[in-house]
Amino acid sequence: MTSLTARIKAAGGRVNDAPSGGRAPGEPSRIGYLYILPAVIIYGLFVFAPFLHSIYLSLFDWDGVSPMEFVGLKNYGAIWTNPIFRSAFVHSLELVFFYTVLPLAIGLVLVSAIQRTRVRGTAFFRTALFIPYVIAPTVIAVIWRWILAPKGPLNSALDAVGLEAISRPWLGDFTFALPSVGMVGTWVMFGLVLALLLAGVQKIPQERYEAARVDGAGRWMEFRAVTLPGLRYEITVVLVLTVTSALRNFDIIYVMTSGGPGYATVVPSYLVYQQAFKVGAVGAAAAMGAVLVILTIVVNLLVARGSRGAS
Amino acid sequence: MTGRSDRYWGYGLLVIATIVALAPVVGVLILSLGESGRVGAQIDLANANNWGNFAEVWSKGGFSSSMMTSAVITITVVLVSVCLSVPAGYGFALMSFKGRSWIFYLFVLGILIPIEAMIIPLYFDLRSVNLANSYLGVILPEIGFSVAFGVFWMRAYFIQSARSLVEAAWLDGANSWQTLTRILVPLARPQMLTLSVLFFVWNWNDFLLPLIMLSGSDLQTAPMSLVFFVGQRSTDYAYLAAAAIITITPVIIVFVALQKSFTRGLLAGAVKE
Repeated sequence: MTSLTARIKAAGGRVNDAPSGGRAPGEPSRIGYLYILPAVIIYGLFVFAPFLHSIYLSLFDWDGVSPMEFVGLKNYGAIWTNPIFRSAFVHSLELVFFYTVLPLAIGLVLVSAIQRTRVRGTAFFRTALFIPYVIAPTVIAVIWRWILAPKGPLNSALDAVGLEAISRPWLGDFTFALPSVGMVGTWVMFGLVLALLLAGVQKIPQERYEAARVDGAGRWMEFRAVTLPGLRYEITVVLVLTVTSALRNFDIIYVMTSGGPGYATVVPSYLVYQQAFKVGAVGAAAAMGAVLVILTIVVNLLVARGSRGAS
Repeated sequence: MTGRSDRYWGYGLLVIATIVALAPVVGVLILSLGESGRVGAQIDLANANNWGNFAEVWSKGGFSSSMMTSAVITITVVLVSVCLSVPAGYGFALMSFKGRSWIFYLFVLGILIPIEAMIIPLYFDLRSVNLANSYLGVILPEIGFSVAFGVFWMRAYFIQSARSLVEAAWLDGANSWQTLTRILVPLARPQMLTLSVLFFVWNWNDFLLPLIMLSGSDLQTAPMSLVFFVGQRSTDYAYLAAAAIITITPVIIVFVALQKSFTRGLLAGAVKE
């Protein structure tokens, strides 16, 4: 055991074995099962089993009532061939731009401007910036339904400064409904991103900045050579949180647009609900749920690999 | 060498970002005090004194019962999930038993499974055992999702901070239960608090799961009441704003009181492994 541990350590690997052989004196190692059992049972029964059941359902044609008919991968094929289903996944990717790319870009620009400032009152700023992320998505949807309403504050503000040409019923516009919903995501995420990046930047040792300055680094070099590498971990967290949110935005779509106008803002999580409980296409809905899981896992693996590659 | 102008720049940008983050929320707060039934959707600071809106919405929107329902569900889920996550995290982190790794990986998968991907069979399955349309139909799956994250998070903490302590305790002859209750639980209090805050925020805000699981009953959570209220009075902005404020108040209180725990949780929990 010890020699194995030593060999793993020497090879630069992580040692993950438990102390003292992983058990208290006089206890069988099986006792570990007792500690994990309650959590395993509830998780297994109410999350994992339904998940497997859902994958099973995705292979059938079923309306929730009549007998089920096995159709193989037909429901998965429909995601590709049905233009509405396919557009839902395309919308998801567009939303990743608004939930992840835009907030991260804003966050990095702001942090690079603030990086030399030792901010006082951090707790206040952090609390304030986190607020949009903490608020229930249903409430966020209600807030922005109002702001974007035909006679809402956004249009009044545009009218007031002579931009009547731009003002419009944002959520009823085929071109602008999805970007409008996307901008709501940007608003929710940018504060979170900025707060996390600020927390990270404060942990970067001041000496590194001094060293960079001694080397004559300008603002941009300093950002690239010191700030960005120092924020690698925070950026990974941000990517995971924001991409996951972008792929699961049922609440906001349900309250703000119900997928409309037409199918302009339809997303997979909304389609799962609509197909299963309104249309009665349970198999198709289950297949979309499964693809959503695969998408989530792939994106997270890419992020994990990217962050490891950068280190 | 930090220039004075640099510092003002930094603060200026931070203040602007904070205003952008808070303005819509403050706007809704002012809106909620406006006159109900007005056609326009504008805020009117001069007449923002209709405190009666909250009482009206509280009774008309069904919040008197749904806030209670949300509180019962959320508090139960928080307490039970923390109580299950700590021992399970301990088991996965520090004990060796057969199948430990792959059972753990199945747990991690639970963090990545969106509710959308299992809600359909869950509803049909729970309905067939008469658990749908009841508190338990919401509470049990929410505990399941919460422990997936909680186990992952407590395990990471125990691996990082408790290994040598546990080793010493076991060498001294303490059994595994004593080690957990007398050494690890007091040590992990801050981590347990953080988990509680995260669980509270997530579960209070959850909408899709209760929407479906409670669809055939009179039970409603606060976010459900809010959304149904939107359906009934889609343009009565003063009332909608008051309903929104009612819905978020408990989360805002918990969050502001414990924001340090929340930040630490997000930073430490998401991907450290």
